[in-house]
Amino acid sequence: MEDVTCKVLVIGAGPGGYVAAIRAGQLGLDTVIVEGECLGGTCLNVGCIPSKAIIHAADEFEKAAHFAGESAIGVKAGKPEIDFAKTLTWKDGIVKRLTTGVGGLLKKNKVRSISGWATFVDGKTVDVKENGSTHRIRAENIIIATGSVPVELPFLPFGGDVISSTEALSLATPPKTMAVVGAGYIGLELGIAYAKLGTKVTVVEAMDKILPLYDKELTRPVEKTLKRLGVEVILGAKAKGQSKKGLDIETADGKAETVKAEKILVTVGRAPKTEGWGRDKLVLDMDGKFLRVDDKCRTTMSGVYAIGDVTGEPMLAHRAMAQGEMVAEIIAGHNRRWDKRAIPAVCFTDPEIVSVGLSPEEAKSSGYDVKTQNFPFSANGRAMSMEAEDGFIRVVARADNKLVLGVQAAGKGVSELSTAFGLAIEMGATLDDIAGTIHAHPTLGEAFHEASLRTLGHALHI
Amino acid sequence: MGEHVIKLPDVGEGVAEAELVEWLADIGANVREDEVIASVMTDKATVEIPSPVEGKIIWRGGDVGDVLAVGSPLVRLEVDGAGNVKPGEAPPQEKKPEAKPEEKKEDKKAKQDSSSPASGGGVEAKGRDGGGQANGKTPPQSTALTALPAREGAQKENDRVRDRAGEQTSAPKSAMPRPEGEKPLASPAVRKRAADAGVDLRRVPGSGPAGRITHEDLDAFFSSDGETATARGAGYTRNTLVKDVPVIGLRRKIAEKMEAANNRIVPITYVDEVDVTALEDLRAELNNSRKEGRPKLTILPFLMRAMVKAISEQPHLNAIYDDEAGVIHQYGGVHIGIAAQTPNGLMVPVVKHAEARDLWDCAAEAARLADAAKSGKASRDELSGSTITITSLGAMGGIVTTPVINHPEVAIVGVNKMQVLPRWNGTEFMPRKVMNLSSSFDHRVIDGWDAAVFVQRLKALLETPAMIFIEN
Repeated sequence: MEDVTCKVLVIGAGPGGYVAAIRAGQLGLDTVIVEGECLGGTCLNVGCIPSKAIIHAADEFEKAAHFAGESAIGVKAGKPEIDFAKTLTWKDGIVKRLTTGVGGLLKKNKVRSISGWATFVDGKTVDVKENGSTHRIRAENIIIATGSVPVELPFLPFGGDVISSTEALSLATPPKTMAVVGAGYIGLELGIAYAKLGTKVTVVEAMDKILPLYDKELTRPVEKTLKRLGVEVILGAKAKGQSKKGLDIETADGKAETVKAEKILVTVGRAPKTEGWGRDKLVLDMDGKFLRVDDKCRTTMSGVYAIGDVTGEPMLAHRAMAQGEMVAEIIAGHNRRWDKRAIPAVCFTDPEIVSVGLSPEEAKSSGYDVKTQNFPFSANGRAMSMEAEDGFIRVVARADNKLVLGVQAAGKGVSELSTAFGLAIEMGATLDDIAGTIHAHPTLGEAFHEASLRTLGHALHI
Repeated sequence: MGEHVIKLPDVGEGVAEAELVEWLADIGANVREDEVIASVMTDKATVEIPSPVEGKIIWRGGDVGDVLAVGSPLVRLEVDGAGNVKPGEAPPQEKKPEAKPEEKKEDKKAKQDSSSPASGGGVEAKGRDGGGQANGKTPPQSTALTALPAREGAQKENDRVRDRAGEQTSAPKSAMPRPEGEKPLASPAVRKRAADAGVDLRRVPGSGPAGRITHEDLDAFFSSDGETATARGAGYTRNTLVKDVPVIGLRRKIAEKMEAANNRIVPITYVDEVDVTALEDLRAELNNSRKEGRPKLTILPFLMRAMVKAISEQPHLNAIYDDEAGVIHQYGGVHIGIAAQTPNGLMVPVVKHAEARDLWDCAAEAARLADAAKSGKASRDELSGSTITITSLGAMGGIVTTPVINHPEVAIVGVNKMQVLPRWNGTEFMPRKVMNLSSSFDHRVIDGWDAAVFVQRLKALLETPAMIFIEN
């Protein structure tokens, strides 16, 4: 196979990598992207997108099941059934459309796409193995976008009935029982979805609360849902290993128990993929388990950049995309650096949780004098009219100049509101800016307006 | 109480619109009958609009610089009695030029600045106090700029002065734009612009809420080159004042006229020296012996008469070229425009029928019109209808000019300064009074040869002035 030279080489075609490649192509840089599996990476193939499809199917099924019983709004329907194979086909169709779309976009922007596993030879050279043949690629600039993989527990190795999120998105049928190890957002999103599909789900969490990254106020509506769905949550417990019946655990008070589980879903986080691509051939400083990058996503080697999950928390697709875009522009000679004020985080649990910017606690520990108030959806007309009264929107602002530092929300559909929250913070909005913006009635977004008014001390509807 | 609407009257024959050049009464002001409330300008004549009734102004139909159509509402007055607006009749549409609120604010600001020249210093002092609190290291960056001296421009009412640095009086009071370690607050668009320009936003003061850096703050930073006056030490300081002078009224008319001349006419300029020793002797003699009440003669009336004479031989130079219709209107009458500098700018009053005026009459009419133009009393009729133009900067005239033809005429004669220079008479150098004539012609319709013939003819006439007065 002949050698390839290019200006930009992107390793990994996940959301960070493919965006970097597209942008580089737009900027007229001769760009090559290498992907060992499927275009779109974790996000499109085994992450964000397929999980949202499963969650949607589960929600619809639960709704139908709800109508088979007592429904306050008067809708009555027969007992629903789910053809899960069809659900998976539908989900795979969405994935297929999106990944094909990525391929088209790369092509459109004159990015050469090579499939195969890349291994560094040195800081300017990479070998790509594909079907036994090897391409040697020489590039002026290399962007490492290798992403992350699910963390495996040594005493619960993946395989058989011990599954990661990847396998959980392609189970032939919802299991009768499932143990979820780790009550982070991935475990709870999938755990709640399967509970809705009829699985008896037990969540085992080592910490003393679910969704440890979010405060109690935000997680309370989710706890309520877990209870309603009959999901058992065992906090402060350690998973010990797999047994015949299911998952062996040690509870908070030291008792050994067994959780009945057909499948054991291990969602204890994701680890950056820093091995398997020849890191030892380079001299890259590390930042813990991540690659160390500066505010231009430069590694310690000249011409070698890194973006996305491999560079640190939060491991989110939209962060990787923004980094990818930035790095492409930097390589094209633009003066860019990471100057974002906020990276929104969304949990697609039931109800959804959004956090943008600083929480009240984070703001206080950053040294700010903070004003914060929330507005509950129980006082919002739109929420009532769609049976979505759980949750609230909370605004965190500086007491001295009313600058909005953070916005959090829990509630049905609040993921879509993350756009407004992010824009407000990125634009440097103050409470008065939000209070002075007309929010359409009747919408859930009014709660954002009201929360700001309430923080200013003059909420209208509470 | 009723409402009376004053509409823009027909201010001259064939005039469809006029430009507002001055408001003499503010909203809320009470005006008496016949009191002038506004001035409008058509072509180059200014017309004052009086109020026909007594009342209080409640609405004005535009800002200075707006062009209004004849018949459109100019002012609404609240009057005793019924007024001329029927109840329920729709009030005239509010006209809101986009930049209006901002301009008004700046106007006000400029006025405040000019009325209290010490205000900048006062703000600075306050700023320093704040700076001391913050860290006391550097003198205030943002506020120090307001102390820059150049304020003269602010005094002219119509000029809208924008002191970009001065806009930042509302910036944080500290010396540095913000406390150390605090991230600058700016929208992504502002951040990108700063990055593209290589500006570190940490050095830019923000005037927005919570110290947000706006596009305007960035503008101000760019125009100050990111350095403060004080940082450079005493002595010479950079003047960061940017004065926005709206091109309105006469200035706009002049600009449009010059643009038309430059866009349409292909000029040829021809310069030659004229020995005016004999002319000057004659002029001195005539002035010494002039009758009571006659104006003092300048070179101008001689030149006018010489042009009348030369034009009688080359009538196509006394013309209006309608290039759209493809017609040259050659005039029998010689209507000479005399370019005059007035306090407001260039005006060209016209001496009509110079061919029918003698030397003294030419002098008297030219003097009268110049006065009228300078005092702003020249009528529209007196400012239009020329067929050829003379331009002279007198003693300031330099040795050569390239006069711009008074479109749509085809020729202009420029008079340069007169000086005594040695000239060779064939046997010796003699001190002679000489001046140059710099004349431009529309080369589309006047050939270089004709231009040269015309100027040579003027030269011959002026060098032997008796020839001007001898009939064929």
